Amino acid sequence: MSETQAVILFHASAHALRAEKVLQRAGVSCKLIPVPRHLSSDCGVCLRLARSDAETARVTLEATGVEIAGMHDA
Amino acid sequence: MREEETLAIIYLDNAATSWPKAPGVSAAMVRFLEEVGANPGRSGHRLSIEAGRIVDDAREALAQLFRAPDPLRVIFTANATEALNLALQGLLRPGDHVVTSSVEHNSVMRPLRALESTGVALTVVPCAPDGTLDPARLEAAIGPTTRLIGITHASNVVGTLLPVAEAGRIARRRDLLLLVDAAADAGAFPIDVVEEQIDLLAFTGHKSLYGPMGTGGLVIGDRVDPARLRPLKWGGTGSRSDREEQPAFLPDCYESGTLNAVGLAGLAASVRWLLERGVEAIRERQVELVQHLIDGLSSIEGVTVHGTCDARRQVAPVSFTLRGISPSDAALRLDEEHGVLCRVGLHCAPAAHRTIGTFPAGTIRFAAGTFNTEAEIDAAIAAVAALVPPAGGEVTS
Repeated sequence: MSETQAVILFHASAHALRAEKVLQRAGVSCKLIPVPRHLSSDCGVCLRLARSDAETARVTLEATGVEIAGMHDA
Repeated sequence: MREEETLAIIYLDNAATSWPKAPGVSAAMVRFLEEVGANPGRSGHRLSIEAGRIVDDAREALAQLFRAPDPLRVIFTANATEALNLALQGLLRPGDHVVTSSVEHNSVMRPLRALESTGVALTVVPCAPDGTLDPARLEAAIGPTTRLIGITHASNVVGTLLPVAEAGRIARRRDLLLLVDAAADAGAFPIDVVEEQIDLLAFTGHKSLYGPMGTGGLVIGDRVDPARLRPLKWGGTGSRSDREEQPAFLPDCYESGTLNAVGLAGLAASVRWLLERGVEAIRERQVELVQHLIDGLSSIEGVTVHGTCDARRQVAPVSFTLRGISPSDAALRLDEEHGVLCRVGLHCAPAAHRTIGTFPAGTIRFAAGTFNTEAEIDAAIAAVAALVPPAGGEVTS
């Protein structure tokens, strides 16, 4: 992971998978990865994307009702 | 070789389960088993993610089919029965009153009777002998403690469509929730949960959605507060694994345990096929086949067709009785002598048969699917004609 990337955490894998589809359709490039241990003890997945796309992603997800549990620098 | 092995099969038991399934269903399931295989929503590796994508694809396709705005409010269950139990047992508490119809399947009636023994009050609103329900009678049954209207979208015995949109308007006006059992016709008849104001829609994957058995679900509208809808089961969800309490968010709070992902892979394929073909086109085809069947059966001396006898007012199930031969004898002869496969008896819906006047003997039910042909319907009609003894002749049952 590099300093120019961010991760978005979700409450459920179902939400992360929904978010991946919604963002890709909106032209935001992202990748599902296991949640880094230092961010959460959860066993699910989160989305990694360019930090420069993070705000677009947040707005896009808010508009489609996919709830974000947290956003962090990767 | 025995005679039945030489006969071409005419499958008219699509109301029990559709067959054949939609093109692409088997391939999607084989692909899942051979190339994906992993547990969706549990691990972070590529195969688990791919399995999760397939489940999400099914969620999205179903949301599109039922015009539900949020795919995350499509909850997967093993079948419509489980979805109906989740809705009924999850919502109703002792002291609550619920209104239903007299043509319900036992998947609604039995949970309601069980809840009645715990102090839930139940009113079964009588339908007419053709299965139709007067919305005014439904509204008249509502009282101060009524919490829910729970009705079927269409009768699984006579196919009669119930006034769901009217029930939706009544439910909004009286500040109640509306639960609809769409097991009989989801996929065969256009359903719009927003337009029809359906708060909870239970569906099965293996009937008119042309998907595999073991799939189904509940579409939960935004008037339903998950905090007030108790889960049917508790367990692992792959989320909040540090906590011993069930997560409160959708869909996880109602999806404990590993999902039938291989079945959902098949269901995603069948619903995509339906969307491509268009439910309106499927429905038009159904109206043609069903009316053809009703007209053909009605023209046979000694046959009584039950229900409205109007394909526009019903879905696939066509129930009929024969003079001088019992439904079970007829079914055996239809199978052995004509290769016509159907279902006879009470169809898990004793209340519906009391309503149409065919309890306890039941009826013969033919249910055409979208893959049946006119020629098959004609052959089935001819097979029935061959069974009916001449008027005044010897009774064979």
